[in-house]
Amino acid sequence: MRATVLQLKCELQARFDVPLGVRKTAETERIPTGISAIDQLTAGGIPRGALTEICGAESSGRTALMFALLGQSTRRGECCAWIDAAGAFDPASAEEMGVDLTRVLWVNCGGNTEYALKSVDLLIQAGGFGLVVLDLADTPDKEARRIPLASWFRLRHAAERTGAALVAVERQINARSCSVLQIEMRRKRPVWIGKLLRGFHTEAESRKHYRTHTTELFVVR
Amino acid sequence: MFACLHAPGNVALLVECARGFSPHIEEIPPGTVIFDVRGLASLYGPPAMLAREIERRVGMPANIAIASNPDAAMHAARGFPGITVIEPGKEAATLAPLPLNLLGGSPDTAELLHLWGVRTFGDFAKLPPLGVAARLGNEGVELQRLAHGNGYRQLRPIADPLDFQAEIELDYPVELLEPLAFILARLLGEVCGALAARSLATNEIRLRLALENAPEHATSLKLPVPMLDQKAFLRMLQLGLNGRPPAAPVLKVYLAAEPVKPRRTQQGLFVPSSPEPEKLELTVARVRHLVGQDRVGTPEISDTHRPDAFVMRAFAPSSASMAIEEAPEEAPPQPRLCLRRFRPPRYAQVLVVNYRPVRVISQSVQGRVVMAKGPWRTSGEWWREDAWNRDEWDVALEAGGVYRLFQEVDSGRWFVEGSYD
Repeated sequence: MRATVLQLKCELQARFDVPLGVRKTAETERIPTGISAIDQLTAGGIPRGALTEICGAESSGRTALMFALLGQSTRRGECCAWIDAAGAFDPASAEEMGVDLTRVLWVNCGGNTEYALKSVDLLIQAGGFGLVVLDLADTPDKEARRIPLASWFRLRHAAERTGAALVAVERQINARSCSVLQIEMRRKRPVWIGKLLRGFHTEAESRKHYRTHTTELFVVR
Repeated sequence: MFACLHAPGNVALLVECARGFSPHIEEIPPGTVIFDVRGLASLYGPPAMLAREIERRVGMPANIAIASNPDAAMHAARGFPGITVIEPGKEAATLAPLPLNLLGGSPDTAELLHLWGVRTFGDFAKLPPLGVAARLGNEGVELQRLAHGNGYRQLRPIADPLDFQAEIELDYPVELLEPLAFILARLLGEVCGALAARSLATNEIRLRLALENAPEHATSLKLPVPMLDQKAFLRMLQLGLNGRPPAAPVLKVYLAAEPVKPRRTQQGLFVPSSPEPEKLELTVARVRHLVGQDRVGTPEISDTHRPDAFVMRAFAPSSASMAIEEAPEEAPPQPRLCLRRFRPPRYAQVLVVNYRPVRVISQSVQGRVVMAKGPWRTSGEWWREDAWNRDEWDVALEAGGVYRLFQEVDSGRWFVEGSYD
């Protein structure tokens, strides 16, 4: 048996780098989100040159997480693109989270998912962006599921080629094997103090690493 | 070395030919153009070959002379037909047979020299300098120096018109954008060529189309950085015309470019990469064509308390190195709840009990309210027609979502402004 395996290895060595083994991938650079629980969950942040999916229901903290990431990226002097399928981006909220808006290219697709996909493809192929966000958070599940896997593969390859961190914000996982990191956000309960909505508890789970962390997001009115 | 073209008549053609060799051109009426040809030996070879190249390009019969100084070149071109190349040091011998009337000077001096029997440059050059100075003064000394072929003056270049425009009148009206693109490509080629010849770029291209039985169609392409990419310009003009096509067939096309100095940057080694401005501009133009003109850019928050007040600016990120130098080391801000806006706010039917919302029915947002906090009244700009005056509520629905509702005070209508996320 051992001899057969060795013979197979020798024959496959010429064609494959690591026959009958696991290929060691290079350590990818990551953008920290600034939220310690999320950085702990993702082993340092969102990876560059790869597709990451962040999914969850409404009021689960997806946008707060993305604005935190956007703030970190723009503070480093990087240019970022926010492709907004529904046109839900709120510049005031982003600025409160420390986002340098002058470094953000916002594309408001007015509810057209197809335009959003074409725009993200054009922008990521152009290169030079540190972070590209595809915001499909308000896109109905039925429509998001219709995005062909080939489109996700194309985007993943473009991200790998240009080195940009590509993040898709959705209600549920759509890109499946094309994404290297999947974070599911779950809302727990809102926190009301007096007449103010102070924030809510939310939970984040890494779908590919099977790790779960609970974090709190706060709002100040 | 200086070259001189002499052909009475079409001086504009001579100037245009000279521009192909040098930006330093002096025009001396009648019909003479002198230009600087120093440093062209590596391109065209020795002066004789350069002279033949000038003759080939000028496209009309003209006298051509090359000499070490502008005056010698001018006298040779005016006096000798065809091509004359004067080697340095042989100016006096070459110019000697030329008639004295080419030398210029005042009429009194010319008459006096004629009376003395001086007929040629050579005759005048042979006269003793001290005698000439004693009898003819400074003018005589200067003229004798020119007769020797010893000029030392600098060129007095003509002012560069810096006029980068091109136009074409069509034989027949063009209805489709595709054939119009060929015409635009040709005009852009001319304008970009003229800019490149002067080492300039442009940050604005203006296009005017004269239409058949319709007002003129004008469009302007404003660029955030100076560019000189003919293909990118053509693509951006095409995208602009596709988005806003001319209302009638095109009769005449006029294109002009605003000249500016080209962009020169040197990025630092540790500065994050940013999109190449030329490429980014074309990409943004494509995206803008896709989603709409006012839907792409950088949001700039307006200085007002009006909800969701911002202006969309062109995306032109400042230098990354500057940003990094100015950014102090600081801890990232605490995560906050962020609003996802519905644009426009969604009209809602809200059931109110004891002045508090208890049920919301709206497009995609509906359910029983489990918690509602408010109201917070905001109002402003009462002096304007679009003043706002409303009561805001934060509500949590049974399904789990947290939303911001508002009720217009004047009309009493309810809207869902967005969801907290």
